[in-house]
Amino acid sequence: MNFWNDPLKVAADWLSGIFTGWGMNSVAANVLVAFLGVLMLITILMVIDIFLVWIERKVVARFQDRIGPNRLGPFGLIQPFADIIKLMIKEDTTPDDADKVVYNLAPMLSMMSVLILWAVVPLAPVMLGVDLNIGALFLIAAGSIGTLSIIMAGWSSNNKFSVIGAFRQVAVMISFEVPMLAVLLIPTIFSGSMGMNAIIQHQNIWYVFLSPLAAVIFLIAAIAELGRAPFDLAEGESELVSGYNIEYSGMKFGMFYAGELLHAFTFGGFWAIMFFGGYRFFGLEKVSPFLAIAIILFKALLGYWIIMWVKYTVMRIRIDQMLAFNWKFLTPVAFVLVMVTALMNALLRGAPSWLFVTGMILSNIIVAWVALEIVRSISRAERERIEGPKQVAEAHH
Amino acid sequence: MTGTQIFFLIVGAVTLIAGLMVVTVRNLIHAALWLVATLFGVAMIYAILNAGFLAVVQVVVYIGAIAILFIFAVMLTRRQAADTGASINSNWWAGAIAAAATFAGLAFLLKSWSGFSKQAAAIPSGFDAVNQLGNALTSPQGYVLPFEVASVLLLAALVGAVYLAFNKK
Repeated sequence: MNFWNDPLKVAADWLSGIFTGWGMNSVAANVLVAFLGVLMLITILMVIDIFLVWIERKVVARFQDRIGPNRLGPFGLIQPFADIIKLMIKEDTTPDDADKVVYNLAPMLSMMSVLILWAVVPLAPVMLGVDLNIGALFLIAAGSIGTLSIIMAGWSSNNKFSVIGAFRQVAVMISFEVPMLAVLLIPTIFSGSMGMNAIIQHQNIWYVFLSPLAAVIFLIAAIAELGRAPFDLAEGESELVSGYNIEYSGMKFGMFYAGELLHAFTFGGFWAIMFFGGYRFFGLEKVSPFLAIAIILFKALLGYWIIMWVKYTVMRIRIDQMLAFNWKFLTPVAFVLVMVTALMNALLRGAPSWLFVTGMILSNIIVAWVALEIVRSISRAERERIEGPKQVAEAHH
Repeated sequence: MTGTQIFFLIVGAVTLIAGLMVVTVRNLIHAALWLVATLFGVAMIYAILNAGFLAVVQVVVYIGAIAILFIFAVMLTRRQAADTGASINSNWWAGAIAAAATFAGLAFLLKSWSGFSKQAAAIPSGFDAVNQLGNALTSPQGYVLPFEVASVLLLAALVGAVYLAFNKK
C-alpha cells in the first residue's frame, strides 16, 4: 500500500498515527482526520470555484464574440481574486424589516446544498467521501435543501420581486425533480445499485450509449434545477431585476453566485458519473488515482461547458411554457422510458452485449420518436385552432 | 459513553427543541422552518440507526415536498404571517394529560420489550439494506399488497385533487 496507489488512506493513516502519538484517543483521532479530509475537499472545491468564475466569464465572452477578462495576470487569471476582494469589502446591506436570521442563513444553506453533493462523488476508485448505497437519491435530497434556501432568501428579503422570483425558482425546481428522479432510475436499473461507485464500476459500456434519451433528459432537468437559461425565469432581469437574491450584497450575493457556478460544475460531474463512465477512460483510471481525478474533472468541465453552451444559446422561456414542457412532455417521457428500459433490461438480461446495446438504443429511439410525433400532432392541432386551418394559397408561395 | 450516544443525545435535544419551537413561535413561516429543522433531526436519527435510505427519503419527501408546500400555502394565503392572540386555549391541560399518557404508555411498552436494554448487533459487512427493503416491498411473500394498496390510495388522492381543481367549462 503506497502513497501513489491509495493516497487518501496513506495520508489518513499517517495523520492518525501522529495524533495518537500525541496521546489522543484513537476514535477522536479518526474523527479529527475525517474532519480534516472534509475541510481539505471543501477548500479544494472553493478554489476550483474561484476559477469557475474565470472560466464562465471567458466562455461567455467567446460565445458572444468578445475576449473576456484579459487585463489582470496571464489570460486575466487574477481577475476572479480581484472580484473576491471587491465582494469582501463591499458594504453589507440588510433591508429594513428583513428577517435577519433567515436572511443570513439562506446563502449558507445554498452553498451547503452544493458542497454536500461532493460527499458522494467518487473522484477515483479509492477516493470518495462515502459510498452511500443511495447516492442517486442523495442528489435529490441535497437539491431539496437548495430549494429551501431559495425560498428562505426570497421570503426573508421583504421584497415583492424576490418573493416572486423565489416562487418561480421553487416551482421550476420541484417540477423538474420528478423527471430527474425518474431518469436517475435508469443507471440504477442497468447497474443494479444506486451507489455512485457501483454505477461507475458497471459502465463497461457508457450508459449514454445504452440510453441517450435518459442522458438528454437528465441534462435538461439538471439545467432547470440550476435555474440557468433557458429556465432562468426566476432571474428575469426585465421583470424581476434579479429574482430571489435582489437584496443580497457583497459576499452574501457571492455565495449564491459561487454556489450556482459550483452547482453547474457538480451537475456536469454527476452527468459524467451517471452516463459517461465517471473516472473511467479506457483503463487509464487503473494506472493512478491522480489520473482518475484528472479524468473525472475533465469530464465534469466538459459537462459544465455544455451547460454553458445551452445557457448562452437558448432564449429564456415563460413559466407556463416551462411547466407545460415539464409536466406534459418531460415527465411522461421519463416515466415511459423508465418502464421501457426496465422491461427491455428484463428481456435482454442474458443476451450478448451487442444485442443488449442495440435493443436499448432502438427502444430509446422509438420512445423519443413516438413522444415527438405526439407533441407535433398536438401542437399542430393547437396552431390550427388558434390561427385557423392553413390557407392553401399560402402553401404555394 | 460512546461517540454515537453523544451524537444521538445532541441530535435528540436539537430535534425536541425545534419541535417545541414549531408550536410556540408566532410567525407561521418561522414555525415551518423550525418544522424543517425537526424533520432534519429525525432524518439524522435515522442515519444514526444505519437506515440511510429512510433518512434520505425523509429529507426528500418531508423537507423537499411537504415543508416547501407548507411555506407556499402560508405565503399565498396569508397577508400577515404572524399570528396574534393566545397560543393556548382553555383545554391545554387535557392536551398535556394526553401527551403525558402517550409518552408514559410508549415508555412502558418499550420497557417491557426484551431488547430494550440490549446493544444493537453490529450489521454484517455486505448487508444491503436497500436491496432487502426493495425485495420486501415487491415480493408476494413480503408487503407487495399493502404497498400497492397505498399506491392506489395516493393515485386516487391525486385524481381527486385534479378533479376538484379542474375548471369545468
